[in-house]
Amino acid sequence: MTPIEKVEGRAIPLGLKNVDTDVIIPAHWLKTTSREGMGKGAFETLRADPDNLFDSAEYKGAPILIAGDNFGCGSSREHAAWALGDLGIRVVIAPSYSDIFSGNAVKNGILPVVLPQAAIDRLMEVAQTDPVHVDLDTQTVTTPFQDRFVFEIDPFRKMCLLEGLDEISLTEKSDAAIGAYEAKLDAERPWMRPAA
Amino acid sequence: MTRPRTLYEKIWDAHVVEQRPDGTCLIFIDRHLVHEVTSPQAFAGLRASGRTVRRPDLTLAVPDHNLPTTARKDAGGNKLPIADPESAAQLAALEKNAPEFGIRYIDAVAPEQGIVHVVGPEQGFSLPGTTIVCGDSHTACHGGIGALAFGIGTSEVEHVLATQTLLLQPAKTMEVRVEGEVGPGVTAKDVILHITGTIGAAGGTGHVIEYTGSAIRALSIEGRLTVSNMAIEGGARAGLIAPDETTLAYLKGRPYAPRGADWDAAVAYWKSLATDPGATYDKTVVIDAADIAPSVTWGTSPEDVVPITGTVPDPASFADPSKQAAAAKSLAYMGLEPGTRMQDVRIENIFIGSCTNSRIEDMRAAAAIVKGRKKADNVKWAIVVPGSGLVKAQAEAEGLDRIFTDAGLEWREPGCSACLAMNPDKVPAGERCASTSNRNFVGRQGPGSRTHLVSPAMAAAAAVTGRLTDVRELMA
Repeated sequence: MTPIEKVEGRAIPLGLKNVDTDVIIPAHWLKTTSREGMGKGAFETLRADPDNLFDSAEYKGAPILIAGDNFGCGSSREHAAWALGDLGIRVVIAPSYSDIFSGNAVKNGILPVVLPQAAIDRLMEVAQTDPVHVDLDTQTVTTPFQDRFVFEIDPFRKMCLLEGLDEISLTEKSDAAIGAYEAKLDAERPWMRPAA
Repeated sequence: MTRPRTLYEKIWDAHVVEQRPDGTCLIFIDRHLVHEVTSPQAFAGLRASGRTVRRPDLTLAVPDHNLPTTARKDAGGNKLPIADPESAAQLAALEKNAPEFGIRYIDAVAPEQGIVHVVGPEQGFSLPGTTIVCGDSHTACHGGIGALAFGIGTSEVEHVLATQTLLLQPAKTMEVRVEGEVGPGVTAKDVILHITGTIGAAGGTGHVIEYTGSAIRALSIEGRLTVSNMAIEGGARAGLIAPDETTLAYLKGRPYAPRGADWDAAVAYWKSLATDPGATYDKTVVIDAADIAPSVTWGTSPEDVVPITGTVPDPASFADPSKQAAAAKSLAYMGLEPGTRMQDVRIENIFIGSCTNSRIEDMRAAAAIVKGRKKADNVKWAIVVPGSGLVKAQAEAEGLDRIFTDAGLEWREPGCSACLAMNPDKVPAGERCASTSNRNFVGRQGPGSRTHLVSPAMAAAAAVTGRLTDVRELMA
């Protein structure tokens, strides 16, 4: 995964709440065995409108997306993160996310920034005309107008994003601990193995 | 004395392999369910990195999302080809990947095939006190038998295949207590729709919800699976219902469930899992069962719930400005006017099925309503899709299939079907569907489709009247 530290550029002021994974990538785009090319289907229903933000001259290819509460709710489809990534989005800024989506985003080098609604409202205003700057290292979102919003992020997620870490390689270092757990489980609760 | 713990905390604690200094835990996964849509990229990842599946014995694969619900075999018993080439490729990938990586596989034409969340409990593969994951958000379903079960993305599917673990942060705990007795015509689906309407689509975000109270205890396992299935619609990655005698009676004798002395040991362990007296939750919501009516959604978020006796709300009636905007957008999409009585909304399509409502009890509830009645003329398409081949066989043994077909409803082969319309079962653009599934999102049942979420009995009632209907009127 591509590491991420600083992202600057236009921010798509979507603003809607409860943007679900079926809106981010409709189910018919899920009939694939690869992770590639999903950007074409991203926000398909919204982009059916010729005046949509995503394809406008101003926001096409913008690296930041601003949304309302509960972004990415619904399905566990990682295709939603792949679609955003393929569209060129590296950062989403919203008051809250579904738990599964935010995990999927981080695993694909997309930073889910959480900020209160008041900050979102201000950024939506700035995004109409000017770029937004996101710095993961200092955990800040800033604008050309001296706005400065600090966000919280789980330290493990921050490390994964900054280093572009592959979690499987990390977990494989715990191979002995997993083996020990399995042995203990077999001894203490042997019935946990499927009977058939 | 140890600190009193909740059911969630006990299951979590029993699965910690390692804790990192930052609080992230490596959690052991007891059961991994795999289907064809979210797994091909994970298997490709394993192949590319030369990794194998650590515990194929704890992994079960079954195709469900893409399968057509029409006949799968010809008169000679030969497997029929899948017409859609993309669906066929995904199904073929699973059929190839499962044996290549040594994973248990239930074939599309096997008698046990079904929706993965119906198959798991039905086979006794899902057990109380286990951690269960699947690349599907409705994995929350298995919480109905007391398993800590949640949906994961494809990167996590690959992680579990390779290591049988996940790196996770502990969730907060939320109790949703439903006390008292529900009235006639009120089912588990109405209970969970009412809960979702009460807590909101993000009410459980960051939490695992434990459903407690006398109304939950009174539910069958089928009903509990329905409730826990939609925990995710309230934002919670997992739901939980403590295992009890109802759970034991359901699981005993199932193919993968423990037997003999193992069964006794398992029961003793499962009984120790209930939330301790004095344990506290981060959040508690109390609901009076008597307040729950047969329920229906009006909008495009599962939180958009009203009693069937209610009306389409005015967007201006919501306090939150962003909800006002969302409601106005929803109503435009749904083609509804504020103030319209829900019972006056005409319906062209009926879908009875999905991992939420496709078990035998759901089939019986729907059949009881349509028995001796006929599908309304304005209902163009009405399908009943059992959750598994075993549910289908049981329903047929009880004659339920005939009740449906006599009434003009179609009796189909098991699968996810029109819940998310990845197979050929789609609701046409601009048309309405009374659906027993779990999501009323824009385009969920096909581009432009308009979904009203209801219980199986309510879907059956809509099928015979051609409009959203208070099922209680047909129960007298």
